[in-house]
Amino acid sequence: MTVKLVVGLDGQASGERALAHAQHLAGLIGDCELFVIYVIEWSPYSFQTAEENAQRHRRREEEIATATERLVDPAVAKLRTSGLKARGIVRHGDVADTLNRIAREEGAEQIIVARMSEGGFVRRVFGSSTSNLVMGAVVPVTVVA
Amino acid sequence: MKHSQTFLATGAATLLAGAARAQEEALSLDDRVNAVFADVTGPYVSFIFMPFPGTDFPWIVMWLVVAATIFTLYFGFVQFRFFGHAIALVKGDYSDPNDAGEVSHFQALATALSGTVGLGNIAGVAVAVGIGGPGATFWMIVAGLLGMASKFTECTLGVKYRNEYPDGTVSGGPMYYMQKGFEELGLPGGRILAVLFAVFCIFGALGGGNMFQANQAHAQIAGIVGDYPGIITGLVFAAVVFAVIVGGIKSIAHVTEKIVPFMGLLYVGAAVIVLIANYDMIGTAFGQIFAGAFTGLGVAGGLVGALIQGFRRAAFSNEAGVGSAAIAHSAVRTNEPITEGFVSLLEPLIDTVVICTMTALVITISGQLITDPETGRFVLDEAGTAIRTVGDTSGVALTSAAFGTAIWWFPYVLAVAVVLFAFSTMISWSYYGLKAWTYLFGEGRKTELTFKVIFCVFTVIGAAASLGPVIDFSDAMIFSMAVVNIFALYFLMKLVKRELESYSSRLRSGKIQRFKAKA
Repeated sequence: MTVKLVVGLDGQASGERALAHAQHLAGLIGDCELFVIYVIEWSPYSFQTAEENAQRHRRREEEIATATERLVDPAVAKLRTSGLKARGIVRHGDVADTLNRIAREEGAEQIIVARMSEGGFVRRVFGSSTSNLVMGAVVPVTVVA
Repeated sequence: MKHSQTFLATGAATLLAGAARAQEEALSLDDRVNAVFADVTGPYVSFIFMPFPGTDFPWIVMWLVVAATIFTLYFGFVQFRFFGHAIALVKGDYSDPNDAGEVSHFQALATALSGTVGLGNIAGVAVAVGIGGPGATFWMIVAGLLGMASKFTECTLGVKYRNEYPDGTVSGGPMYYMQKGFEELGLPGGRILAVLFAVFCIFGALGGGNMFQANQAHAQIAGIVGDYPGIITGLVFAAVVFAVIVGGIKSIAHVTEKIVPFMGLLYVGAAVIVLIANYDMIGTAFGQIFAGAFTGLGVAGGLVGALIQGFRRAAFSNEAGVGSAAIAHSAVRTNEPITEGFVSLLEPLIDTVVICTMTALVITISGQLITDPETGRFVLDEAGTAIRTVGDTSGVALTSAAFGTAIWWFPYVLAVAVVLFAFSTMISWSYYGLKAWTYLFGEGRKTELTFKVIFCVFTVIGAAASLGPVIDFSDAMIFSMAVVNIFALYFLMKLVKRELESYSSRLRSGKIQRFKAKA
């Protein structure tokens, strides 16, 4: 049976480390499919002007296209060239919730993320996405240093 | 709406004053503009705010309240039957997580609210209670509850008939549902109504949604820091508005959009504190509200006086039936236009039933309105038109004094809130005007930029000048929007009913499911 792993990218070096670790694990497992995910942080409870609302759909499409092109597609291509099965997904939402939901929906065995993403103040007040994920995840989570 | 003052009195007065001043030799630019404008627009303004014979009840208010009552009955009290569902929609219980990143119901509601909550909730209510007594609060709540059905009708149509462009942007509002809805029903005249609405909307946006706001914001700031030329406030406001709507400086818009809801919550929170501090008076206040609603408790005009003021305040404050909310709500991404209708019906509830009522309660409970200790009836001022208040205050000053009885520093917060509310209203109305403008002249960067620049120029004029007739005219334009809009809604409401019946049956049968489980 194919083992599914979810990898969270954050557009920084830390995400690259998570990806490298997932690639290493997949090599050890053998029959493995990697879901490379980038979550664009977004809240349905944020406030916007009417004009921003009117342009929101277009912006959303642009954000997804940019993240897919610059982050997810190169990562997926890299995994595929090394002989691994990989799929890329870009979603909007809360990082921890979204990674957890995709892992549940896809029946993943594990989520792999890297430590740190937000700055000090946000992390102190709300906790980092990583710590939120660790606390709420329905599958084991590996946090790469 | 933030700009409903004594329209008739000022309209008539400015007409006469304008004519008299025109005779004078040394006229300022303001006066000249006023005189010319009053001559040209006076009759139309008087017509829109004309009272029924023998009363001071403007027919336009009755037009709005009757429409709200008809929609309430036609849709079987939709505002009560689907109230819980509206809350669930705003919470996102029915939102597909895969659509994350699109405009949520919450965002559309918050954006529309930022355009309606403002000066009217603070100053307008004080005027209504000062003239109509606490009994006006009861009728204001009744009109607010009825207005929920008008919002439901127009916002459902706003989403259903919006234009979606290939680049993913949307344009919606009464112009679009008038044109497309009438075409769908095979009725003539939709395009004419749409053009008429768009013209009224542009003038309303430039005046009531812009000049009046800038003018009142300047008055507030000058009240705190002392008098100074309005052109300074105008230029600063215009620069900030320009930065947001032309420069796309989102950070300013984001800060405002975050502060305004915070101010709204702070306002309601402060009102609750005042109520708690005067808890022993709550029973008396409600007694005055109910007794005043049916007897007037000695206010000018008695029961009818209270009813007129209450209805008027609600109609002017929540804009239900005006059509502006349909523009704001049409950006939401949904396959079910009626869901946005359900969400929008919360707007008059929040604006009128909650926020306006809080203001009225605080004024009533604070003891600012003077009563005769022997009879329990209100003491009227010398003219016999309004209730006497402690310190002879009215409008914002009355609200401010009422809050000040329990929280001494709150008047300062209130002043800041008024300025911010004015700013957010300007941003909202710049968009409403823009959509009307692009409907008439076509979408495109140059067309949009032209309107935005005109809007900013009017901001400066509004703050710098005291153009009473110009503002009266723009108020008349906003209510002319309601005349055209409600006329169209009477023809189009059967389309909404069709949507409502289809949606309700699918909701009952379980075809429409929650994405989030019930807590």
